[in-house]
Amino acid sequence: MELTTVWFALIAILWAGYFLLDGFDFGVGILLPILGRDDRERRLLINTIGPVWDGNEVWLLVAGGATFAAFPEWYATLFSGFYLPLLLILVALIIRGVAFEYRGKRTGEQWKQRWDWSIFVGSLLPALLWGVAFGNIVRGVRLDEHHEYVGTFFNLLNPYSLLGGLTTLTLFTLHGAVFLALKTDGDMRQRANALAAKIGIPAVVIAAAFLLWTAIAHFDGVGVVLFALAAVALIAALVANRLGREGWAFIATGITLVLAVFGLFVTLFPNVMPSSIADANSLNVDNASSTPYTLKVMTWVAVFFTPIVLLYQGWTYWVFRKRLTVEKIPV
Amino acid sequence: MDALDLARWQFGVITVYHFLFVPITIGMSVLVAGLQTAWVRTGKEQYLRATKFWGKLFLINFAIGVVTGIVQEFQFGMNWSDYSRFVGDIFGAPLAIEGLLAFFLESTFLGLWIFGWDKLPKKIHLATIWLAALGTWLSAYFILAANSWMQHPVGYEFNEARGRAELKSIGAVLTNSTTLVTFPHTITACLLTGGAVLVAVSAWHLKRRNQEDVFRPSLKLGAWVVLIAGVGVLITGDLQARIMTEQQPMKMAAAEALYNTDKPASFSIFTIGSLNGDEEVASVRIPSLLSFMATGSPNGEVEGINNLQQEYEQKYGAGDYKPYVPVTYWSFRLMIGFGGLAMLVALAALWFTRGGRTTTNRWLWLAGIFAIGAPLAANSFGWIFTEMGRQPWSVFGVLKTADGVSPSVGAGTVATSFIGLTLLYGVLAVIEVGLFVKYAKAGAPEIPPESEAEPEDRPLTFAY
Ligand code: HDD
Ligand code: HEM
Ligand code: HEM
Repeated sequence: MELTTVWFALIAILWAGYFLLDGFDFGVGILLPILGRDDRERRLLINTIGPVWDGNEVWLLVAGGATFAAFPEWYATLFSGFYLPLLLILVALIIRGVAFEYRGKRTGEQWKQRWDWSIFVGSLLPALLWGVAFGNIVRGVRLDEHHEYVGTFFNLLNPYSLLGGLTTLTLFTLHGAVFLALKTDGDMRQRANALAAKIGIPAVVIAAAFLLWTAIAHFDGVGVVLFALAAVALIAALVANRLGREGWAFIATGITLVLAVFGLFVTLFPNVMPSSIADANSLNVDNASSTPYTLKVMTWVAVFFTPIVLLYQGWTYWVFRKRLTVEKIPV
Repeated sequence: MDALDLARWQFGVITVYHFLFVPITIGMSVLVAGLQTAWVRTGKEQYLRATKFWGKLFLINFAIGVVTGIVQEFQFGMNWSDYSRFVGDIFGAPLAIEGLLAFFLESTFLGLWIFGWDKLPKKIHLATIWLAALGTWLSAYFILAANSWMQHPVGYEFNEARGRAELKSIGAVLTNSTTLVTFPHTITACLLTGGAVLVAVSAWHLKRRNQEDVFRPSLKLGAWVVLIAGVGVLITGDLQARIMTEQQPMKMAAAEALYNTDKPASFSIFTIGSLNGDEEVASVRIPSLLSFMATGSPNGEVEGINNLQQEYEQKYGAGDYKPYVPVTYWSFRLMIGFGGLAMLVALAALWFTRGGRTTTNRWLWLAGIFAIGAPLAANSFGWIFTEMGRQPWSVFGVLKTADGVSPSVGAGTVATSFIGLTLLYGVLAVIEVGLFVKYAKAGAPEIPPESEAEPEDRPLTFAY
């Protein structure tokens, strides 16, 4: 396999990892005002992701860095082109990250309410906007012959991409609800389970519509198979949730997200950002990539260090594997 | 202002802000790890209380360091897309390696440290803070390697056809002579900053004779760290000055506002009057010092701005190759001056508290408390000097700053993000300082007795 293909695949894996991991903690943030009826319950919810959310977010930073190193043209075009949505995402991630750390550092209703609001908005916006961004990437945007984005902000808000945004929003929320059912006990576990069942219906409908639209408008054989498997996993997740098998339900929503991301990347390949103006303007794995030497260096780094990272991140999840209950949260 | 000016202002403001928190994180992570090690080894409760106290302040600071770092990662693509295209083949690699090696380590092990107090065996828990500290050092190394490549590009070739710089040797980039002096200079400056935090907060408590069992040792630890790291900063700074004169002579000339080549060259401590090469009104000078700093010999020749300007015009074509001299001149002096100030305060702190003594002179204590501002200022001026002294180049001798800006991003868009982020950062600064002061004043916590309940039924020792 060509190294450019390897790096295309690695970047797909990084995004899939990001959606799989930060996906559930976005979901928990979105559910904070819905499932957390009082302060102690809200703290219970936040503590389910407390030790891991920052490590999850680093998947995004590494996806960004890897794109810069392996496909500089892609990095340059993507982030200068999607400037304002990206800015919104950054602001959201900033207030959300600070909120987790600072929320409990003062007493007082207003202080906590503001941070709860920050967590909610800071989770909702990225959950929506990452889907919009990926929708636009797959659909193609207005790139000129210098690979510069010449469209406007409003060009990015088209029906297909907005549907993509709703897809990530509902899938992340479902993923978060299933995660909470897995990580809590008692009353909260039951309520999270019941809520997951409710979110499941719109999630299936919206995701199916988006994946179907993608499959029809940008047909790719392998992509369609991945989308179909993602849909199967999503339904399996709802069944497992109904049966109270939280572990399986969480694995299944995770598989859904990973397969959906893989499907989008496969559909995209060999382009990384198709141009809607002219095919010749599209960025692809060849004209966007770094030199073979840089890719080789980066491959060695990735081969050597990724397993180590996976090991210790996995170990963290093992250390904090216990279910939490409201009673365990100190008053 | 056009998009270029705005993008430059944005980069400067956003990055300097990031670097207010970074040195405290780098410096304090080691100190907290050291205090916890002292507790694990001696079992003395005062060290545990100190660990928890300084650990809390460290985390309040760390939160802002992390969230402002996220913007850093993406702003090259947002505002500097042509720069990213031009250097990505080289510059992207250290950035990606930093993420994979350093950020995962930092964030994962800090999560384990915060929530792992009652979940991990003592020694493994101690290892987590050391690993997080290691992460901050790795992060500094790789990002400084990226930055040093901009100061002194090595291990690359220019590809005419693709119009970009391409990597030829990653080894050369990671062992760039500039990186090898910048890294120790920055790390020692960070340790100095961490030490100054300990001095300042301890001084506040000792002035009130609070919890002397915790804050007296903390004051001493902090002051010694400031002094020892300070000596390291001076030594590495001297090495850096020599390398810089070799690689970017214009920066050294601008640091001194030396317009005409001089031998031996004197160093002015301050100058009154304009810095544009006309007669100065008054200045205080140390003979031969500049020659010594720049070349290592008191008789060395130092090239002047005008001579270099001519040289560069021949080499790179017509244009203005002078950085903005008043900024380089003053930022260089303020870096050294504020660092020296912090060291003086640390020295005084050790002197007045020697052998169990204390002092009732409130001015001395106040000086100790405000000492925290000095290294923060020195760090910022150091970076402002390094980066502004490189202008008009973004990558020295290879790519001009003006050629790196995003061509498709309009001034309105940049202004939106600049104003938005600056306001947000301003609000965060107020909140952060408020919390930092609150928890600094609260003093070290009492350690609750071991709970009688079964571990399974106990509430979490730490929860948000
Ligand atoms: C000398 C050290 C140094 C310098 C020059 C910079 N940083 Fe930094 N950065 C750190 C040292 C550091 C750190 C010590 O590793 C931080 C500070 C607080 C923290 O949480 O980690 C950090 C955090 C941090 C994060 C968040 C990591 C996380 O989520 O855990 C990112 C993405 C960046 N930085 C990126 C950058 C970029 C792109 C820079 C260049 C423009 C930059 N930093 C300058
Ligand atoms: C180590 C990683 C860093 C990299 C890769 C980097 C890179 C850059 C780049 C691309 C610019 C673009 C604008 C220009 O050239 O004018 C710049 C400018 C600037 N940087 Fe850095 N920088 C780094 C670290 C820092 C830090 C840590 C600081 C300060 C805390 C800093 C302060 C500045 C300032 C003040 C400017 C503005 C210069 C001007 O407007 O003329 N930089 N730097
Ligand atoms: C005699 C004392 C010092 C000397 C001779 C010195 C020298 C230098 C030089 C020459 C540079 C620019 C390097 C370049 O652009 O290539 C620099 C940068 C810097 N200095 Fe200093 N310095 C001194 C003291 C300090 C102190 C006390 C601090 C902070 C506590 C400090 C913090 C920094 C920082 C953060 C930078 C920017 C990063 C870097 O390029 O290393 N310096 N210093």
